Amino acid sequence: MTGSPLIEVEDLRIDLDDGSRRVAAAEGVSFRIDRGETFGLVGESGCGKSITALALIGLLRPPLSIGGGVIRFEGKEIQHLSAAGQRELRGNRIAMIFQEPMTALNPVSPVGRQIAEMFVLHKGKSWREANQLAIEALASVRVPAPERRVNDYPHQLSGGMRQRVMIAIALACGPDLLIADEPTTALDVTVQAEIIELMRNLCAERGTAILMISHDLGLVANVCRRVAVMYAGRIVEERGSADIFRAPSHPYTQGLVASLPRLGSRAALGRTRLKEIAGVVPAITGFPNGCRFNPRCAQATDICRTVAPQTDVLEAGGFVRCYHHA
Amino acid sequence: MKLRANLVIGGSLFALAIIVGLLAPWLAHTDPVMDANLMNAEEPPSWTWWFGTDGQGRDIYSRVLYGARVSLTVGIVSQLINSVIGVALGLSAGYFGGWWDDVVNALTNLMLAIPSLIFALAIMAVLGPGLTSLLIALGLTNWSFTCRLARASALSLRNQGYVQAATVLGYGDLRIMITQLLPNMLGPIVVIGTLGMGSAVLSEAALSFLGLGVRPPFPSWGSMLSEARDQITTAPWLSLFPGLAIFLTVLGLNLLGDGLRDILDPHSRSRRT
Repeated sequence: MTGSPLIEVEDLRIDLDDGSRRVAAAEGVSFRIDRGETFGLVGESGCGKSITALALIGLLRPPLSIGGGVIRFEGKEIQHLSAAGQRELRGNRIAMIFQEPMTALNPVSPVGRQIAEMFVLHKGKSWREANQLAIEALASVRVPAPERRVNDYPHQLSGGMRQRVMIAIALACGPDLLIADEPTTALDVTVQAEIIELMRNLCAERGTAILMISHDLGLVANVCRRVAVMYAGRIVEERGSADIFRAPSHPYTQGLVASLPRLGSRAALGRTRLKEIAGVVPAITGFPNGCRFNPRCAQATDICRTVAPQTDVLEAGGFVRCYHHA
Repeated sequence: MKLRANLVIGGSLFALAIIVGLLAPWLAHTDPVMDANLMNAEEPPSWTWWFGTDGQGRDIYSRVLYGARVSLTVGIVSQLINSVIGVALGLSAGYFGGWWDDVVNALTNLMLAIPSLIFALAIMAVLGPGLTSLLIALGLTNWSFTCRLARASALSLRNQGYVQAATVLGYGDLRIMITQLLPNMLGPIVVIGTLGMGSAVLSEAALSFLGLGVRPPFPSWGSMLSEARDQITTAPWLSLFPGLAIFLTVLGLNLLGDGLRDILDPHSRSRRT
């Protein structure tokens, strides 16, 4: 089934209304994810990656709202769907894993019940069947002794275990798309690798597409086939994940890749300073004219400061939003 | 788990009151209403008359036992009505916010501004005395604290990760309120409810004392106190025992509320095996 588009986002704009005026927290966001594909959205805090995910799942809450653009799920526009229609999609067709496994589980409900609830809610199973399915779901995320663990409360589980439970809940109904918003940020590095591996394997088995959101370029490139880099509310570059490391095209991406420590490099050995991108991210209310990266860009010219660049399609595949791209 | 003294004492006192109320027909020595005998009027406590007798020669012990029925019925039922109203209004107001929150807030402030006993008096005046009107009057006038508490809990809980996660997982509003918010705020609600039961018992006594509660000759602790007022210097046991019953029941409920507050913390729940 790979190859047909599962979700398409076209020219999405997300408005932030601070009472007196509206500013675009994200604009011109376009991408598509095919069935069973893995797609990564990378950027620093506040660049608009998480709100893009929330827009996909219909969860933007005031002061944020969709200001324009189209979101298509299986060819049908979903951005103006009714509350009931959105509930139908959420959990059943599109699921999401959150950053904080500590707070994303209900503390007064046994984890088995929280998994079982998904089967009752979306698949119309009886509680009896659902409890059996919950044990199977826990086993599938490799929680040891699942028939005993279903009765545990979240506080009795470690962070890694809780994130496994979250994955079990998210994948319970066999969704077509799994949105993972910084799924491993709160975990140890060793547990991180296990969780990512588990998530990737389970999704591959079931043909679930992944939209992974992270600030960790290395992690995303490792998991995803394609990666989009966001900066200040715009996607600046979208490439195959191997290409983005080998030959980053946008100056921002170049800066990101250059600032990654590499094992054995002079910087990692402490002999030279790790490269950094000069300057700070502009505030959401004060985005510069033209290309939003221009104040921090070494290659910026006059046109960069006045007119925002359009997307250029790259020969090697992917696109970039820069006048001077490599 | 270590049993806490306040929980044990409070629970025992409350349980005692309930048992006494339920088993009154078997525990009582005489019928509380019919067995009046002027020959035995105003007998002090003795082996025959454990708590003494009143002006009509009725056994105070038996009347106190039967009085427990009224007090506890009023305490439990009216607080239950209060809790249901308070939680329904407060939870929905905190969860939905917007104009509904404003309406509920205004209503709560209105209720808090009027002394609840005066309000209950007014309702009783309209409905007339009797057990049913007592339940309605007290059940409609004391929900504002529960409402405030439920609203505040809902406000903080609705931003919790698991509530947002539930939304993402496709839960409807009602399901989120019932499965995610309610269980997480139940602890303080139960505590407030227990304490509220104590004050409902007191309110019942006050209203019956004023002659608006259960009609004589049927005994309630409040009406017994009211009748005993004239004889307080000559026959103090008439007011002592119903007063003691009220005191112990309210004390028990307050201790129970305290104890429940200590243990109703999800982190102290141990694993079920």
